[in-house]
Amino acid sequence: MKRHYKKVIQKVLFYLVTGIIVVWCVSPFLWQIITSLKPGRELTTLPPILPTEPTVENYVRVFTGRPFERYIINSLIVATCTTSFCLFVGSFAAYALGRLKMKGKTIILFLILTVSMFPGIAIVSPLFLILSKLKWINTYPALIFPYTTFAMPLTLWILTSYFREIPIELEEAAKIDGCSPLGAFMRIIVPLAAPGMFTTAILVFIFAWNEFLFALTFTRSIKCQTIPVGIAMLPVMYHVPWGSIAAASVIVTIPLIILVFVFQRRIIQGLTAGAVKG
Amino acid sequence: MNRRISIAESKLGYLLVIPSLVVVIAMAFYPTATSFWMSLRKMSLIFRTNEFIGFSNFVQMAHDPEFWNALGNTFYFTFTSVALETIIGLGMALVINESFKGRGIVRASVLVPWAIPTVVTSTMWSWIFNSDYGLFNFILKRLHLIGDYQNWLGDVRLAINCAILADVWKTTPFIALILLAGLQTIPYELYEAALIDGAGGWRRFRFITLPLLLPIMLVAVLLRTLDAFRVFALIFVLTGGGPASSTEVLSTYAYKVLFSTSNFGYGSALAVSMFICVLIISFFFLLALSRQIKVRG
Repeated sequence: MKRHYKKVIQKVLFYLVTGIIVVWCVSPFLWQIITSLKPGRELTTLPPILPTEPTVENYVRVFTGRPFERYIINSLIVATCTTSFCLFVGSFAAYALGRLKMKGKTIILFLILTVSMFPGIAIVSPLFLILSKLKWINTYPALIFPYTTFAMPLTLWILTSYFREIPIELEEAAKIDGCSPLGAFMRIIVPLAAPGMFTTAILVFIFAWNEFLFALTFTRSIKCQTIPVGIAMLPVMYHVPWGSIAAASVIVTIPLIILVFVFQRRIIQGLTAGAVKG
Repeated sequence: MNRRISIAESKLGYLLVIPSLVVVIAMAFYPTATSFWMSLRKMSLIFRTNEFIGFSNFVQMAHDPEFWNALGNTFYFTFTSVALETIIGLGMALVINESFKGRGIVRASVLVPWAIPTVVTSTMWSWIFNSDYGLFNFILKRLHLIGDYQNWLGDVRLAINCAILADVWKTTPFIALILLAGLQTIPYELYEAALIDGAGGWRRFRFITLPLLLPIMLVAVLLRTLDAFRVFALIFVLTGGGPASSTEVLSTYAYKVLFSTSNFGYGSALAVSMFICVLIISFFFLLALSRQIKVRG
């Protein structure tokens, strides 16, 4: 009887702690959603916690006066290009590093992986000068190329480990059947590594969607600025439009939250792939 | 025959690696080398000066109170937030590791802070910390933890701790998930054996979980330490380094020197000093890690 009692308490305690974790993780963003639905006058009073008359006026205001959708389009273009470019270039290298017999593999992989610890601030000023010389400032490539570079360690880390796991026999069988190494790569490896590619794509996309330092420095106008810069620029002088900021934040975060809920297994796999095996 | 194939194979290998290497060298290694070179020069875009001055920038740095302030803040921020994140992250991982109904939803919720853009994290928390209408003040006052509303981000003692809280919120999930993956590699038989030997919960944690988790924990802490040390967007948007430089970190200070005053020489010296710190930090972690691996054979 006493044992049973103890078990119940343990279970209650466990769910309580789990509940606290979930609330702690989710509530700041929930507060942002609530704020975004509040009419102007209720932003400056607390209580009430919940809006008495929920309104979409903040969402309308985000898009009036300035073409906020431009930021979203820019972010989509930059993140999509970065992801495709990264996967394209990265999968070739990962195939070579993961499967082919060649000298200096470890050094090459190590060299590329060290990029992940470079401080962005040590790169940003010389890169600014280089991009100015190329007349790339305020263009998409000014973001796509640096992003590809800084997503490369992650890409190679995940893809190389995926490529390594594919049984070598499959590839040998293809070669016996007359496939060239490149043919074997395209027909056997790429389809089998598709889950790994997909995981990589999600992580690279989120990275490019969220990056701020380079976006702030290498873009000058709304022509190419991405969402993080757009949101950081919303406060004008001493006026901070909290309602609009909340609405804008919700708009740009919802797609990420959907990604997270749909693909949580893959994302966790990708994030932890390196740390556990290494 | 076999030999010829392998030459062709390694040729193909190098060919496939070249594009990635070119991108990385052109956009990361070459600019970093340029930073080192610029740190030895007097270089201002406004005054159009560009001359070699040796280590003068580093001498100036040694006498610059703003630099020491930023360095101190960076270390305080990094140490405090990573320590908190590791402890809380370990707790979270232990909880999520249990199997229960709704585990998927809990894991997805834990990913939410990780997925939110840093800029949004900053604007979100600066709204929560708002001195007049912020949720933080409201809740703390209701719970009678504070007497009067505090100006969290406007107070030189409080502001950096607010930044730490926001960082802990955003990045604890990352540590928790890596530790979770580590927990799942620990064989269940070990716990069963310990249970038969009569080891309680704490002893099982202390003598099985913790030692087996240590290498992975070191990796997670290294990755987080490097990230926290380089913190930029969070501080830049949350406080802009203020009030009175109390939250100025190396990245934000270097950024201001580089792009507000266009002093590329001195700014590069600051950036180089960060680069060197990062190298030292990584070196010590790798040393600890290799010792761990040696101990375990």
